[in-house]
Amino acid sequence: MPAPLLVPAAIGVLFLALPLVGLLVRTPWSQLATQLAAPGVGQALRLSLVSATLATLLSLLLGVPLAWVLARSRTRGRTVLRALVTVPLVLPPVVGGVALFLVLGRQGIVGSWLDDAFGITIPFTTTAVVIAETFVAMPFLVISVEGALRAADARFEDVAATLGAGRWTTFRRVTLPLVAPGIAAGAVLCWARALGEFGATITFAGNFPGTTQTMPLAVYLALQRDPDAAIVLSVLLLAVSLATLLLLRDRWLGRGGAA
Amino acid sequence: MVPRMRIDRRVLAGLAAAALVAGCGSSEGADVPDDAVSGTLTVFAAASLTEVFTALGGRLEDANPALQVQFSFAGSSALATQISQGAPADVFASANEAQMAVVTDADLAEGETQVFTRNVLQIAVPAGNPAGISGLADFAREEPALAVCAAEVPCGAAAEDVFAAAGVTARPDTLEEDVRAALTKVELGEVDAALVYASDVAAAGDAVEGIAFPEAEQAVNDYPVCVLADAPNPAAARAFVDLVLSGEGRRLLTDAGFRAP
Repeated sequence: MPAPLLVPAAIGVLFLALPLVGLLVRTPWSQLATQLAAPGVGQALRLSLVSATLATLLSLLLGVPLAWVLARSRTRGRTVLRALVTVPLVLPPVVGGVALFLVLGRQGIVGSWLDDAFGITIPFTTTAVVIAETFVAMPFLVISVEGALRAADARFEDVAATLGAGRWTTFRRVTLPLVAPGIAAGAVLCWARALGEFGATITFAGNFPGTTQTMPLAVYLALQRDPDAAIVLSVLLLAVSLATLLLLRDRWLGRGGAA
Repeated sequence: MVPRMRIDRRVLAGLAAAALVAGCGSSEGADVPDDAVSGTLTVFAAASLTEVFTALGGRLEDANPALQVQFSFAGSSALATQISQGAPADVFASANEAQMAVVTDADLAEGETQVFTRNVLQIAVPAGNPAGISGLADFAREEPALAVCAAEVPCGAAAEDVFAAAGVTARPDTLEEDVRAALTKVELGEVDAALVYASDVAAAGDAVEGIAFPEAEQAVNDYPVCVLADAPNPAAARAFVDLVLSGEGRRLLTDAGFRAP
């Protein structure tokens, strides 16, 4: 392998991996059992996994069609649309949380109507956690899937059309299988981002054990009182997310080897 | 690294002039030390002191033209950690005794620390008090949306004390990571009430109303100040601490919602 690639690659690996090594070195392994058995840890972990998974499903439902529109439509508004999709990537998540308040909060444009008409309030509920995570994480899915759609050979779709398939059938039977690895990669990115989400969640959903306190929030609060506990919780979150991703890879992506 | 704030002399000259006009009839000349100090003075102070200390710094600069005052405002625990790690500060003003103890226990304070002001909890409600909150007992009700600081941060520990004193089992909807985050949710009208410090209510302006309650006396926060042992500019540090403890300093603090010690 050429050195001009190998050397920066090695530095890149060190740069990304060393903070993790730092965490592992500082982890008070002797306290591990006590810290993990602390009340609320299992609850926070479960809430994190459930809400990140729901956020990923919601992102798939809305994000794949959005990616298709971005990749295939020929409207001039497409550039603007793409810029809008990337807004949550640029916005500091805490600001994103405030923005969600302004739309879905009790006083928000949509939220006040939901409250008046149906008595539904979103902030400080698990629903708010899922919404905040979806807002921040969906762009990762959209951008991955759009990239995959652009890279896919459009002639397959043309051939399907000439063979009499409708546009919906073509999308379902030809396009989707073609870009499945891209969708899977996007979903993984989206899930990982949702799992680590902090700023928008603590702002829009608040922090309450059992309802809205996800692992990143628990870690942040533990840091105020007991840095060792915060490190243990971080390592736990990392271990569970890595295990989940490896398991999924073996089960669904192992055969193609694409991801 | 905590960003340091350089004071804009023109702004502060204006502020100081305004303070002079507002405080008419007081003996402002007597509050300023006679011995002129010079050089750079670095003050580490709790974030809640931002407005008052900035004004006092300008006051000191006006009286001592060769002096530059720079501030680092942050959470008291972060500042205490930085001082322990050797940050070159002259003065430390903490929002509670616990964080000052971090500094004094490490023998980093010069002489005695002095409590210069106090802060008590207040109930903050959105302007107009839409949910009709009247006292601490409302925090036990199910319907209103309520924010309290998490027990891990100082305002949350104080909140636990007042709830215990009042015998109220609070039913908050969210446990906030710091007092300003709780206040923001009141300002946005997303919670009906939050437990914050009186000085925060004063700083929030018209969007927020404060409701005092008797149990707040159970959790009064003392703010100690000290000159640091390794102060690069001890003379100026002494002058600043004197100004904070003076009638002028006390008046500005009271105007900002703090309470005399």
